[in-house]
Amino acid sequence: MDWITTVDHKKIAILYLWAGGLFFGIGGIEALLIRWQLIKPMNDFVDAQTFNELITMHGTTMIFLGVMPIIFALMNAVIPLQIGARDVAFPFLNALGFWTFLFGGLLLNLSWVMGGAPDAGWTSYTPLSTSAYSGTHGVDFYTIGLQIAGLGTLIGGINFLATVITMRAPGMSYMRMPMFAWTTFITSAIILFAFPAITVGLVLLTFDRILGANFFEPGAGGSPVLWQHIFWIFGHPEVYILILPAFGIISEVIPTFARKRLFGYSSMVFATILIAFLGFMVWAHHMFTTGLGPVANALFAVSTMLIAVPTGIKIFNWLFTLWGGSVRFTTPNLFASGFIPTFTMGGVTGVMLASAPADFQFHDTYFVVAHFHYVIVGGLVMGLFAGLHYWWPKMFGRMLNETLGKWTFWTFIIGFHLTFFVQHFLGLMGMQRRVFTYLPNQHFDTLNLVSTIGAGLMGVGTLIFLTNIIVTSRKPPDAADDPWEDGRTLEWSIPSPPPEYNFKQTPLVRGLDALWKEKMAGNKGMTPAEPVGSIHMPSATPLPFIMSVGIFIAGFGFMFSRDDFGGGFVSFLFNNYIVTGLGLLITFGSMLLRSLVDDHGWHIEPEELEGR
Amino acid sequence: MMRTWLSARRLLPLIAVFGTVLAGCGREDLSVLRPQGPPAESSLGLMKLAISIMIVVLLIVFSIAAYVLIRFRRKPGQDEIPEQIEGSFKLEVLWTVIPLILVIVLAVPTVRTVFALGENHSGDKNAIKVKVTGHQYWWEFEYPDFGIKTAQDLVIPAGRNIAFELTTNDVLHSFWVPSLSGKIDTNPTGATNRFSFSAPKEGVYRGKCAELCGPSHGFMEFKVKAVSNDEFKQWIEAQKAPAVLPEDPALAQTFKDQCLKCHAVGDQGLAVGPNLTGIGSRESVAGILLNDDTRQDGAPVEENLKTWLHDTQGVKPGNRMPDPSKDMGLTDDEIDRIAEYLASYKLN
Repeated sequence: MDWITTVDHKKIAILYLWAGGLFFGIGGIEALLIRWQLIKPMNDFVDAQTFNELITMHGTTMIFLGVMPIIFALMNAVIPLQIGARDVAFPFLNALGFWTFLFGGLLLNLSWVMGGAPDAGWTSYTPLSTSAYSGTHGVDFYTIGLQIAGLGTLIGGINFLATVITMRAPGMSYMRMPMFAWTTFITSAIILFAFPAITVGLVLLTFDRILGANFFEPGAGGSPVLWQHIFWIFGHPEVYILILPAFGIISEVIPTFARKRLFGYSSMVFATILIAFLGFMVWAHHMFTTGLGPVANALFAVSTMLIAVPTGIKIFNWLFTLWGGSVRFTTPNLFASGFIPTFTMGGVTGVMLASAPADFQFHDTYFVVAHFHYVIVGGLVMGLFAGLHYWWPKMFGRMLNETLGKWTFWTFIIGFHLTFFVQHFLGLMGMQRRVFTYLPNQHFDTLNLVSTIGAGLMGVGTLIFLTNIIVTSRKPPDAADDPWEDGRTLEWSIPSPPPEYNFKQTPLVRGLDALWKEKMAGNKGMTPAEPVGSIHMPSATPLPFIMSVGIFIAGFGFMFSRDDFGGGFVSFLFNNYIVTGLGLLITFGSMLLRSLVDDHGWHIEPEELEGR
Repeated sequence: MMRTWLSARRLLPLIAVFGTVLAGCGREDLSVLRPQGPPAESSLGLMKLAISIMIVVLLIVFSIAAYVLIRFRRKPGQDEIPEQIEGSFKLEVLWTVIPLILVIVLAVPTVRTVFALGENHSGDKNAIKVKVTGHQYWWEFEYPDFGIKTAQDLVIPAGRNIAFELTTNDVLHSFWVPSLSGKIDTNPTGATNRFSFSAPKEGVYRGKCAELCGPSHGFMEFKVKAVSNDEFKQWIEAQKAPAVLPEDPALAQTFKDQCLKCHAVGDQGLAVGPNLTGIGSRESVAGILLNDDTRQDGAPVEENLKTWLHDTQGVKPGNRMPDPSKDMGLTDDEIDRIAEYLASYKLN
């Protein structure tokens, strides 16, 4: 019950982590099934339809329900601590964001048991995703599930923007903010501008499918290419929503374990902003083969290549942070060090893809599959592993086992390269992506076998990580305030796990890497910026949960509003939008309640703080 | 010693993989790395340039990374605090400017090639015009200048420029012959795409659909058959010849009543489904059952036609052809005889 009503950012972080981890597991199993099907030519392990459902759900689940929530978990766990705040700006909204994500994700995954998962690819290109060519409710689950989950992301993004803008501790100017706080801030800004695009797209597609509109119907004046524009205007920035937080994590982990401050901090900030900006300018590089013409292709090719410049700045700054340092290879730093070359490999193939005439060959082949897995798995997932191992003691008060951590790293990274490196060649040799099987004797067989073996190894790595979590959780809490001993930022100045109110006294920030600065000055902890006083806390409330249940019900009702349930009462409920109305009533009722009932929260008094 | 062996063993699979890749680089009629026509060559040229630049970049990053990770590892007992360096303006400018130069080196030929490949050949008098229409899950090729249509095998004269006009009849597809040219999507009418390629050498090239288009997306293959100019003329004439129907009148009637409701042969039937004229001399049945009398890559055409007609959904899941026995009420014997007839329907 406590978990359902909580509005504490640290608990919401843990909720995000478990839910994201669950969906990550589902997406991983889907990946393994895909690789198993492709282990040999003309395999019949799954049929063609199921395969298309698997690839669609694998992509959708991993991006929207797997890695994004885990990013949000780390942001929630760390950002208020790093900037010296007691919570996020809007704790109630924070909880609402989590619950809408969870119910959106559940709705999407219910499609597996409710008559057909989405099958038009995670990009859902029309007309394949219209009801004429995708007759099951699959794509409806996609549009409505993602709409509900996306609501959560947008809420979360806005919340972090407000948090970073308004709640930094005294003395923490923007240019004294830790890099992870910076990337969170920029990521949230991208969310704010990119998610409305997909929201609109999903609404239009829902209208086409459920209400019979014609936005994407060529026969009635609609345009299938329109969907591609809308999707990628969101979809390309989305890639940066994913990778920028990983950049942030790496920029935290490397300085800590190299005992050096981040090399070129201000250029890192500038590069981050530039990447975010350019990220919005390059969406049509996903559409070089759509036939936009040479002018558009040339412009988007060049603007895409430009992204290599700020990204290169980042890579070299990390390397020179390590240069001259005293580098310790703990598990987080192993992942961070593995990240640099691996992500660089994904980056250079990105530049290759940007060359439009070469992309005519690369596009929609396994070369692209290899490229974006190098970026998303080799970059982001490695970054997340680094971040999780790094902040685990802060989140849970327990150190993860180092031996198991090292096993996780080696099995995962070897499996990863085995899986995806060979896919570059598969693509160049003529294997298109999203094929459920392939004819023999095309020189595809051996490389596919190697790829599948690698995927198995990555699976083993993930299982070792799970084992590590279970083993660790059975031990008593053992983490010190600053368990890595070289912590540089504010989160390491308070107990692990932090008390409910985070900082007894808001700290005074006197420079970049605030805690490190105090340590070098010979101080034991942060200098407080205020006397001990009464701390205001927000009240726990079940309303975010109830509101999300309402949206979930409304989504269901809308989705099945056209269905024939064999007459009778059920048909009556759905066909007259009564279920939809009921769901919306729950949600809007809760909103009304929230507006009308004044809740001033509660206070922790100084006596209580000192008594601990 | 032990350690060296362990790391060497770790490299073994990689070496094995490299070996396979370098030995093959794929099939001549399929691989992007073995281009057989000008557009594929210019794509590969850019790829080679890009990959050379990128390998240099990777080597630099890898060597710095390796050096740093070995050289600056914390030794036991090492406890001093390294110097806290803020950054280096010179260095940072250096690694901003060098990538910028590399990007320009790649961008210039990219832009040039984009415009070269984007040239419109539809007004070219010497070019052969072909209208490509994508269907779930087969390809239709229409030659408007000659008034003929065919399916699955695109026959072209070697060395001549082919000016394509591409559309789709249902969902999006993408037309791709890796060894001849990069791909281009087939959009519905209104967003018709044009592009062109040529095949200087005679031969058969494998083509694929590259845009997810439903369950049998992976099976939406086709062949490009580049033949000599004379052979091409003969083929055109043979395509235009009146239809050859089964000799047995009863079977001919069944074929007309059942099959020609969707298919066409010669001057008869409706071309809603794939045109069947001369199907016996095509490279494959349904795009994926390869015709090969030596049985190395497939089976003889008659056997393939029987396989197809007895189990259309099994061969190509989700395709739109009604099942000959279940939906059209043909007996097994009739199906076999129609297969035999189609197998014998050869051009020339």
